[in-house]
Amino acid sequence: MKVLVLGTGCAKCKKLFAEAEKAVAASGVPAELEKVEKMDEIIAYGVMMTPALVVDGEVKCSGRIPKLAEIASWLTTAAAKNG
Amino acid sequence: MSATRRPRRTWLVVLLVALGACAWWLIYDHLESFAKWLTYGLLGMAAGNRLAKTVAFFVFEAPKVMMLLTVIVFGVGIVRSFFTPERTRRILAGKRETLGNVLASLLGVVTPFCSCSAVPLFIGFVTTGVPLGVTFSFLIAAPMINEVALVLLFGLFGWKVAALYAGTGLVIAMVAGWVIGRLRLERWVEGWVYETASGVGLAGDEAPLSWNDRVRFGGDAVKDIVGKVWPYVLAGIAVGATIHGYVPQDFMASIMGKGAWWSVPLAVVIGIPMYSNAAGIIPVVQALLGKGAALGTVLAFMMSVIGLSLPEMIILRKVLKVPLIATFAGVVGLGILVVGYVFNIVL
Repeated sequence: MKVLVLGTGCAKCKKLFAEAEKAVAASGVPAELEKVEKMDEIIAYGVMMTPALVVDGEVKCSGRIPKLAEIASWLTTAAAKNG
Repeated sequence: MSATRRPRRTWLVVLLVALGACAWWLIYDHLESFAKWLTYGLLGMAAGNRLAKTVAFFVFEAPKVMMLLTVIVFGVGIVRSFFTPERTRRILAGKRETLGNVLASLLGVVTPFCSCSAVPLFIGFVTTGVPLGVTFSFLIAAPMINEVALVLLFGLFGWKVAALYAGTGLVIAMVAGWVIGRLRLERWVEGWVYETASGVGLAGDEAPLSWNDRVRFGGDAVKDIVGKVWPYVLAGIAVGATIHGYVPQDFMASIMGKGAWWSVPLAVVIGIPMYSNAAGIIPVVQALLGKGAALGTVLAFMMSVIGLSLPEMIILRKVLKVPLIATFAGVVGLGILVVGYVFNIVL
């Protein structure tokens, strides 16, 4: 499964990336974490506030840094859906 | 999402918020007598002494401003949890220009905004039918009328100055956006912007928030904003307190007073490159005002510090060509100049 952190490199974006990293490790879901810094790619997801988190092509949140448990629950739900 | 996951008792949150509000008011109400007791009683300083004036000012103003900041940022955080950029865009898309400018300026105040998101927001707006001038009204109002500035103005100058600032700031955002719209400057937006397929409707389908979430949203805003600005605020108040105690009366009258016509443009030019320290500058400026600076000059300075920020213009260069950025800075700067002169003449 692919997990993307969208953001142009501000402090909040880095923090979200670190949180997502922890959440991937904590949930034990096999996920590839990637940073998306190109503006046109960010726009393509319809995001107007960075940072944003995308799990399996779906924008989960934007403009805020969710709690670790929240990210982990998105990951496990997505993993269950994939079977 | 979290509303269904853990139905935590809303009454408990409400009770905690109410208790907090009571405690807040009790402390806030006694700050002045506490500051007097500490300076003249406990420290035994003589009234009228310069150091005593400085200490009394700091001991009263610093906790007062910090407390006001906490409660206002919390409140604004809760209000903002009702507005997302997606929602604001839906309201603004396809609106006639004049009405659009008014709405965009007002929404700019309540929609969460950070200048690091200026570019995706700009593209998200203009590619979905929000007119360019209306988008600018939003982009001008959002940083200019900011809760930290309002709290500091309210705490140090009183509600009239805070209201004047908010009111004139809104008018500048409306008029400047309208003017930019009239000038038809779409050709100075970078070409790739209008070709970008903005994925509308992909984001923003988050579940509705519960009241617990909104309180948490407010709390996060406090941690985030107050956590960032408090050193500047305290440093600013410390410098302000020193000026308050030591700089002679009417010292500033010749430099920032009403008589000096060049003081307003100078204040605007000096204000543009200053940005992150805005919170620290207001207390200094307040102290200067007591020494004979003119209010219009001070307001113009404040607006240019917050409303015209160099970092934001550099960020916007990605989507706007230089002439459009210059026009934007010029129109807003002109508006600020008018505000400065008008208040110097009227007040």
